[in-house]
Amino acid sequence: MSEPLVLGFETSCDETGVGLVRGRTLLSDALATSMAEHERFGGVVPEIASRAHLEAMVPTVHRALAEAGVTASDVDAVAVTAGPGLTGALLVGLAAAKAYALALDVPLYGVNHLAAHVAVDELQHGALEEPSLALLVSGGHSSLLLVPDLAREVVSLGRTVDDAAGEAFDKVARVLGMPFPGGPPIDRAAREGDGSAIAFPRGLTGPRDAPYDFSFSGLKTAVARWVEARQKAGEPVPVADVAASFQEAVADVLTAKAVRACRDHGVDHLVLGGGVAANSRLRALAEERCAAAGIVLRVPSPRLCTDNGAMVAALGSRLVAAGVAPSAPDLGADSSLPIEVVAP
Amino acid sequence: MLVLALDTATPTLLAGLARWSPDGAVEVLAERAVPSGTRHAELLTPAIRGVLADADLPLAEVGAVVTGLGPGPFTGLRVGVVTAAALADARGLPVVGVCSLDAIGDGARTVVTDARRKELYWATYAADGTRTDGPGVVRPEAARLTGPLVGDPAFAERLGAPVTAADVTTAGLLRAAAPQLADPASAGPLLPLYLRRPDATPPTSFKPVTTS
Ligand SMILES: [Zn+2]
Repeated sequence: MSEPLVLGFETSCDETGVGLVRGRTLLSDALATSMAEHERFGGVVPEIASRAHLEAMVPTVHRALAEAGVTASDVDAVAVTAGPGLTGALLVGLAAAKAYALALDVPLYGVNHLAAHVAVDELQHGALEEPSLALLVSGGHSSLLLVPDLAREVVSLGRTVDDAAGEAFDKVARVLGMPFPGGPPIDRAAREGDGSAIAFPRGLTGPRDAPYDFSFSGLKTAVARWVEARQKAGEPVPVADVAASFQEAVADVLTAKAVRACRDHGVDHLVLGGGVAANSRLRALAEERCAAAGIVLRVPSPRLCTDNGAMVAALGSRLVAAGVAPSAPDLGADSSLPIEVVAP
Repeated sequence: MLVLALDTATPTLLAGLARWSPDGAVEVLAERAVPSGTRHAELLTPAIRGVLADADLPLAEVGAVVTGLGPGPFTGLRVGVVTAAALADARGLPVVGVCSLDAIGDGARTVVTDARRKELYWATYAADGTRTDGPGVVRPEAARLTGPLVGDPAFAERLGAPVTAADVTTAGLLRAAAPQLADPASAGPLLPLYLRRPDATPPTSFKPVTTS
């Protein structure tokens, strides 16, 4: 008998993701996004995202089934992001997933979005080494996780105390007159710049600071002050150098803390995930520092680093394989679901 | 034909199972009205399982799904609409959306429900049940509504008139859906009756980050 076919739903932010996974094999990853509708607001508007999820839901399921070459009746289990994320957005995916599970008479697994970012790497690089460390950075989260058992035990080592790393990219992009979301334009501009041109602050890196927590609010403000000072003085702003130096500060702090956490916990595998993991400097610096520290670095392809349905199906598949009990029928969404709850 | 009816436009979610015939006869076999507040997503599928169990019928025998499209508080409303869409899609069934207010009360009336933000949703009906005005959203103090009023009695004081308590019912949803149940091809797209634009205004100019 072949391994179970898992249908995964992800609607925690602006992406409507529906993916199909059999065992650790990725069959399809259908995605609809409302990002274009948020651009003029300079950030994701929850109500607009929720409306878009509802309209995209059934067509996205159809695309996922068609791409995988299966029919709904082939599905053996349904998995869905139960949190963390935007409540109104989460609820559209949750209600849809519960309805498909009911209609197809298969078990339903609510999953933690952050753990799903780790699980997706198994689709590309095989079974996760356990324990592993995971560094998850996006517009919504910045977390350092210790993963002794992805199906049952994930521990938060640190997280951002203010802005998510991706938010800092968005805000700095705004200061530099670049479009939202800010990650790609900053990455592009930085390639022409010098990352050591301006010494921007590295948050929470003092000897008494929490060793694994992040802070990007001070960095964002420092960049804005620096740029505004040039503008007030009537001097040109060296956009490429600002972008490169800002990006260097973010990548430096993230990778230094991740490598330190690996060393402190005796872990030699690090998984990178989340939309900011697509940043070229973060990838390069992580590779360099992991290689120097003897750590095996695993990074999913950019497409799977950002939010998608396959990552949810991947974690669902892992839960089925581990014999974890399905969620209760009254499963709800939790916008601030703690990472310790892998499968609510 | 066996019809599953759902509504999450008000704080009381509804799941019902009824036998519908083309002559308009409706026999409600099971109905659960659950005061669920903001917990529609948690409680709707259990309520659907509940009515199927109450009627001792499998989902496989259901031939169509009817759902209320609101108006109602958006987050809860979407739970019912997407549930109906997904159930119907998974089982290859026709799905019919109706104005939820059509399914509250009978005959000549104006239906009022809670729109939050100190406003109400309303619609007015003739003696034969046809909707003659609405649905709309308005502050009670500014409303010019013709009675009798039915729906959410909490608005009686601010409307200066009694409001007879009434909720969405299975029979009401099927009554409103009758034309499309008779001709499923005539059912429109399953889009909620939001009546309000998303709460978001594009910033006209960005403040400097240092002063925000
Ligand atoms: Zn994410």
